Amino acid sequence: MSLWTWVLLACAVAYATKLVGYLVPGSWLSHPLVTRISGTMTVALLAALVAMNTFSEGAGILFDARIGALAAAAAALLLRAPFIVVVIAGAAAAAGLRLLGLP
Amino acid sequence: MGNDEEALFRSSPAAKTGLAIAAAISLYGVSFGALSVASGLTLWQTVALSALMFTGGSQFAFIGVVTTGGAPASAFGGATLLSLRNTIYAVQLKALLNPRGFKKLVAAQLTIDETMATSTVQETAAEQRRGFWITGIACYLGWNVATVVGAVLGDFIAEPEALGLDGAVVAAFLGLLWPRLRSREPWALAVLAALITVIIMPVVPAGVPILVAAAVAVGWGLISARRERFSPSPRRPGLRKSAACGRSHR
Repeated sequence: MSLWTWVLLACAVAYATKLVGYLVPGSWLSHPLVTRISGTMTVALLAALVAMNTFSEGAGILFDARIGALAAAAAALLLRAPFIVVVIAGAAAAAGLRLLGLP
Repeated sequence: MGNDEEALFRSSPAAKTGLAIAAAISLYGVSFGALSVASGLTLWQTVALSALMFTGGSQFAFIGVVTTGGAPASAFGGATLLSLRNTIYAVQLKALLNPRGFKKLVAAQLTIDETMATSTVQETAAEQRRGFWITGIACYLGWNVATVVGAVLGDFIAEPEALGLDGAVVAAFLGLLWPRLRSREPWALAVLAALITVIIMPVVPAGVPILVAAAVAVGWGLISARRERFSPSPRRPGLRKSAACGRSHR
């Protein structure tokens, strides 16, 4: 198959993975247990996204300036900074640490 | 839908959060466009990936395999594995937003890390909808425009890392998680999910750790429901959606 075929096939399957979640019958989702799990799901997925984005490097893990970004963001959150300030603090910390020579 | 639409697109905490995330993510689109063309994909293949696949992790995985001369079939496999988490997001978003008809088809395309994160952490139904649609549309436009810019002009943001963009993404997800950590139980779950993610990242293919974190969430929910049944406690703040947002769309 040509590269174009693989590109379009991958796009179609990616869309299917998204759409299939919306086709779950609504009656399944009204169960109280599902409401509870959707609460735990949000926390666990966000924690996993934080961890992935902080440490992922190719197939392995890497400790670099992103840890400084995590710390700066946590400090900003403890100081009750607005969301945009938290994001900028994260970017500034990572950029600043790299300027100082960290990976 | 006229009134809905008016209420949907207005300034609010969820809208601002979504736009901030879209700004950071879009700059990465420049890198994607440039790297994709450099990996040997044509301009139009690059544009197709951003417009049709529209899930950043999968797109980078796809071109990553092509760059190293790998088989297109394994590029396809890697991209698909990374896209499976979107199914979980879609189930969550259906429970919150329940889009119908054409909106469901559009919502599906906009179902990514950023929209799930911005929408599911909001407390009211209106903010959940606003968070989803504003984040989704802004990310879609920004990501696709940036892809074209990167593919045509090359990587003028040679290193997004030098600007701290990767740090911005880390901070954004932490900022979304933070308000949920109001008691010991969500803290414990968050630490557990993050630890497991980091521990298994080096040993499983990309895309799997987040599926494992989802499984942890299901297990945690089942166990805590069971414990509560045996020793009823009045409330567990933080892990439950408020009654208002849980019911409003059913």
